[in-house]
Amino acid sequence: MNQQPQLLSGDEAVALAALHAGVRLGTGYPGTPSTEILEAFDKLGGRAQWSPNEKVALEVGLGAAFAGARTLVTMKHVGLNVAADPLFTAAYTDVDGGLVVVSADDPGMASSQNEQDNRHYARAAALPMLEPMDSQQAYDLTLLAFDISERWRIPVILRITTRVCHSKTIVRPRAPLPAGPEATFRRDVPGRVMIPAFAKPAHHRLRHKLAEIDIWNDAEGPNRILPGEPGPAGGLGIIATGIAAVHAREAAPQARLLTIGLTYPLPLETIRAFAGSCERLVVLEEGDPVLHEALMAAGIPAEGKPEMYRFGELSVARVRRILAGDETPEPVPPKGKPPELCQGCSHRGVFEVLRDMDCIVAGDIGCYTLGVLPPFSAMDTCVCMGASIGVGLGLRHVLPEDQARRVVSVIGDSTFVHSGLTGVAEMVYNPPATGHVILILDNGTTAMTGQQEHPGTGRTLSHDPTGKISFEGLARAMGVQNVHVVNFGDEDGTLEALLKDLLARPETSLVVARQPCVLAAPKIRFYEKAAADRLQGCPAAVVDD
Amino acid sequence: MSKVVNVVVAGLGGQGVLKASDILAEAAFRAGFDVKKSELHGMSQRGGSVSSDVRFGDQVWSPMVPAGEADCLVVLEETQIEVNRPVLRPGGVLIGPDLIAPGALKNRKSLNVALLGALSRHLPIPQEHWLAAIHANLAEKLHKLNEQAFALGRAAASGG
Repeated sequence: MNQQPQLLSGDEAVALAALHAGVRLGTGYPGTPSTEILEAFDKLGGRAQWSPNEKVALEVGLGAAFAGARTLVTMKHVGLNVAADPLFTAAYTDVDGGLVVVSADDPGMASSQNEQDNRHYARAAALPMLEPMDSQQAYDLTLLAFDISERWRIPVILRITTRVCHSKTIVRPRAPLPAGPEATFRRDVPGRVMIPAFAKPAHHRLRHKLAEIDIWNDAEGPNRILPGEPGPAGGLGIIATGIAAVHAREAAPQARLLTIGLTYPLPLETIRAFAGSCERLVVLEEGDPVLHEALMAAGIPAEGKPEMYRFGELSVARVRRILAGDETPEPVPPKGKPPELCQGCSHRGVFEVLRDMDCIVAGDIGCYTLGVLPPFSAMDTCVCMGASIGVGLGLRHVLPEDQARRVVSVIGDSTFVHSGLTGVAEMVYNPPATGHVILILDNGTTAMTGQQEHPGTGRTLSHDPTGKISFEGLARAMGVQNVHVVNFGDEDGTLEALLKDLLARPETSLVVARQPCVLAAPKIRFYEKAAADRLQGCPAAVVDD
Repeated sequence: MSKVVNVVVAGLGGQGVLKASDILAEAAFRAGFDVKKSELHGMSQRGGSVSSDVRFGDQVWSPMVPAGEADCLVVLEETQIEVNRPVLRPGGVLIGPDLIAPGALKNRKSLNVALLGALSRHLPIPQEHWLAAIHANLAEKLHKLNEQAFALGRAAASGG
């Protein structure tokens, strides 16, 4: 195996470690900044698949781990909300193969709807959490995560942040883990069937595992003390996690620095000893004061950061300000050019129609959220994946009729597969008096995150042909009254006329506005041609004809 | 410890900002330096402002270039110069798109590599590593075009 140093992003480093850990299956749903992990794993020859959403991805991963296979499940921070249901009870189960769940958080919201701090999930679900500070640690801690997962038969969360995911730093690969046993079914009812009779002892088992991991973390966990460079440090000690550790080292090279790699359960005795050796101790962490509050609760005196540094990413400059106790307003960087819908993007025409018709638009997550910006200004809500449908229905139920009739739910194709189906069920089951209109903007790809496949494209993660879901067929089968497909491209007024008609009816409607993403279209044509060529060359296909 | 060299590459989505910083980071890596490169993807293909930080030296800690500490700023789009100027240290080198005359490149898409050619005059990275990095980051059919662009930029920066 190639153990030469490589320049890798944090995402690529996780993928390489997954390969070296002998991961049998990688599952996930695309989401910045996590998307590149499974793509890189696929390119390295690993078996990776996109699931319809993060909940399903984790459930598939859990099944594989029950069968003894090492499994990696990837998602962005808000994806873990979707996967939280299986996560909290997977914690009670005993996995056979290592199961590592990657939560890629986005402090500063480079491309997200919130900056929730998923360190809270480790404590809430009672699962070990590892947090790398650079690509080398992303690699090392991914390997360690599989080790911990199998040793204690517990799922492990690897929390990585945008800056670590997308920064390239040098990685020196190590010797791969010994291969795990072949996957095989071994019945373990009390360990995997979480009815109360089995879940009660399982919760005790979980706490016992955590207590053992805690002791191990203090004794030999991935936590390091870097002595300061020679110079006046003033007795300053810093405890830092994730990217904050490298900022801290640069901002205060003379300070002693304790970096914590396994942040839940915390190595409190290591921290206590370190604290005792410092005259002044400062905790540096991005996001919520999770670490600082844990130290306070443990009776370890330390300084946290002023509230203003809870928001956004940290940087060397911000760390210098925290160390100096500077709470004066920060300089505002000049505003760059905001992103916009691409020239030639099919969403443009749709939002022009919605704007001109003065619709109340319940929007969703994707490129098309940019429809909120001028010159369209045609989106009124955006909360989470799939929310367009439920929020649109809620608006319809209570608004006066003249307003209710203007409400449209707008959702992308990948988002619809992710979380839209239950919304359609709700619409059919509890239809508003004025009816409702769902508009699926089907551009044939998960465009926002970089054109990933999904169950509506009919191609797998590696772009090979597979089963394909028909949105219009699905809507009809679910009992939506009016189902239409508009091949949107030329602005001939078809969509506008159709919407006017449907909005006037007290019926349930679903319209698929179909036009491939301009960026993805050449690739889609390439994949389709490759599939057709393969079919042509296949003797079985000829015989079938 | 020797000083870390800080470079920021900036422009608009679709101009090849990230490709340029990939090539620079790889060239520095091949030259034996510790390297860190950082940017935020996600919205970059949607035509908005994009910038990417590359730092190299004996040992690099943070992957982000602090404001006012860039030794060199490479900008691919005129309108993005003022937006990014605050990253440059006093006396730092600004390399803008006007360095390459309109029509000088066979394909204006290779402006990113041409400006790397100009940048190469200011950095302690041997030419062979630049070329190897260009080859490693671009499809083979683009190698010749981009080698020419690199040479053009390098010549333009020398004033010759």
